[in-house]
Amino acid sequence: MTQNPLTLAEKVWNDHLVVKGEGDAPDLLYIDLHLVHEVTSPQAFDGLRLAGRPVRRPDLTIATEDHNTPTWDIDKPIADPTSRTQIEALRHNTKEFGIRIHSLGDIEQGIVHVVGPQLGLTMPGITVVCGDSHTSTHGAFGALAMGIGTSEVEHVLATQTLPLKAFKTMAINVEGTLRPGVTAKDIILAVIAKIGTGGGQGYVLEYRGSAIRALSMEARMTICNMSIEAGARAGMVAPDETTYEYLKGRPHAPEGADWEAAVKYWNTLPTDEGAKFDAEVFLDANTLDPFVTWGTNPGQGVSLLDSVPNPENIEDPNERAAAERALEYMDLAAGTPMKSIKVDTVFLGSCTNSRIEDLRAAAAIVEGKQKAEGVRFMVVPGSARVRLQAEAEGLDKIFKDFGAEWRFAGCSMCLGMNPDQLAPGERAASTSNRNFEGRQGKGARTHLVSPLVAAATAIRGTLSAPADLEGN
Amino acid sequence: MEKFEVFEGVGVPLRRSNVDTDQIIPAVYLKRITKTGFEDALFASWRNDPEFVLNQPAYAHGEVLFAGPDFGTGSSREHAVWALRDYGFKAVFAPKFADIFRGNSGKQGLVTGEVSDADIEAIWQKLEANPGEKATVDLVAKEVRVADLTVPFAIDEYTRWRLLEGLDDIGLTLRDEQSITDFEAKRESWRPKTLPAKGA
Repeated sequence: MTQNPLTLAEKVWNDHLVVKGEGDAPDLLYIDLHLVHEVTSPQAFDGLRLAGRPVRRPDLTIATEDHNTPTWDIDKPIADPTSRTQIEALRHNTKEFGIRIHSLGDIEQGIVHVVGPQLGLTMPGITVVCGDSHTSTHGAFGALAMGIGTSEVEHVLATQTLPLKAFKTMAINVEGTLRPGVTAKDIILAVIAKIGTGGGQGYVLEYRGSAIRALSMEARMTICNMSIEAGARAGMVAPDETTYEYLKGRPHAPEGADWEAAVKYWNTLPTDEGAKFDAEVFLDANTLDPFVTWGTNPGQGVSLLDSVPNPENIEDPNERAAAERALEYMDLAAGTPMKSIKVDTVFLGSCTNSRIEDLRAAAAIVEGKQKAEGVRFMVVPGSARVRLQAEAEGLDKIFKDFGAEWRFAGCSMCLGMNPDQLAPGERAASTSNRNFEGRQGKGARTHLVSPLVAAATAIRGTLSAPADLEGN
Repeated sequence: MEKFEVFEGVGVPLRRSNVDTDQIIPAVYLKRITKTGFEDALFASWRNDPEFVLNQPAYAHGEVLFAGPDFGTGSSREHAVWALRDYGFKAVFAPKFADIFRGNSGKQGLVTGEVSDADIEAIWQKLEANPGEKATVDLVAKEVRVADLTVPFAIDEYTRWRLLEGLDDIGLTLRDEQSITDFEAKRESWRPKTLPAKGA
């Protein structure tokens, strides 16, 4: 045992300390990688301009267009004038301040949290920030990755640092082996249902245990991605051989002697034996079912085999009131079996579940099957490269033969800033991360699901697991 | 940033928990590239409901918001703070705030004070009993007063100091520029660089 055992998060924190805060003042941390997109950056660039400040490290900054970009007809001008203005502002700002940008139509364009790992910019032991709460995704590599607001975006652009208050640490221990049909998405939905949307507040979560170690990098990204839905500032997984194998050879991964030095350092990062977490949570992977949400926050989830809960059985008055409101909004009655809920649309995409493994898993389920009548199935790859890879593997053909819409990369219906929205009252099974009121369109109703459940639901028309397809 | 010491304004009871930033400002309003003018976007979907608290004349000019626990969860959009600020809110009180929202608020001069569940209930009752009642936010004494009720609130000391002094974050950090430069000199060569661009 080491003398002063530390957690993964504490090690990364300590190694980025520029100035230690005295008394109540925050620590000043160095930021290794700053990801930028069009929605949360215009006002930050404006702030710099007003103060006459340059971007301190354009070489640690990269921008992509994702939130507003259309997923059809990407060669045509963006129809919505305000979306176009935002994209044009990003192009103008990145040019003026010398920042690399991957615009719509560029082969490296895509959702910012898909592009960073894909380029090999996301790596263990670094600090990553972006003006987007799902920056927690990058923690899957053992990076300390946090979503920030626009003022902080301006702060990082100007100083490459961020004043941050020390976090508490929480271990999320997931032991055992997932059963077939159960995925990383089900783990994280179950974790959030267990600790609640505020349960992680003030914490950096570390996902640990045999079930996490067995996951691929993309599955780990799905889990870390939704850390923010539990209120946490970040989620992390310690780097291991799976991490190194995924990273090695990517365009910006270290090479030669740098790679050797990096691996040597990365091997020191996992939490020391005897290190203390401020809180611990345990989840049994062996007994986990596919998980789906019934309400309007990501903590309102149950096993797919279960029914819509009865608010009367909820003790906490705030939670009970929230559940009552949610059922009204979702137009669901307590006691309704989750599997009997019919959907209008299935959305496969978002920074949570739009990577090649997600598309492969869904394609394997729908291949040769019939789509349920009247159900719309949208498939939106996370990046232009994911789309190309899927096409090289023939997945696009499987989806199109099934009757799905095969679209271009972007955030799309996850938040409906582009034309990809649900109509009022429409119900969706969505592989995204938020089932908030109106998130996917005004009056729209969202059930969060895994890619496997999304695919099975597209076949049966009601919320379903692949296991329900036998005989279909 | 303006200094904040003591402020008095109309208190608004928002009897909801888990008010996420998609409710505070829906994504369609995020397309603007300005930093002001978001007042029409605040709680945009809820304001379609004539019963919604801000649609009641007594609360239309609300300046101090009192909400249930887990206020500001979800998306990191700072627009949520701008919308509250542009509408006229100077302070929000709740039993618990989401971290990013609280951080964003402090940077824009919006006070976020944590009060207990029991105190928020007591304040709601006071405000509902007399719609349009004013609330006094005293950042110096760390208390909020509504009619004959005085309730303590929690706010971290550093944020409080910055709000009291009206200090800008970037300016504060740039006082440590030499330390940043020293740190950069030791930064290992394996760490990521976006330029020169590799890949396509």
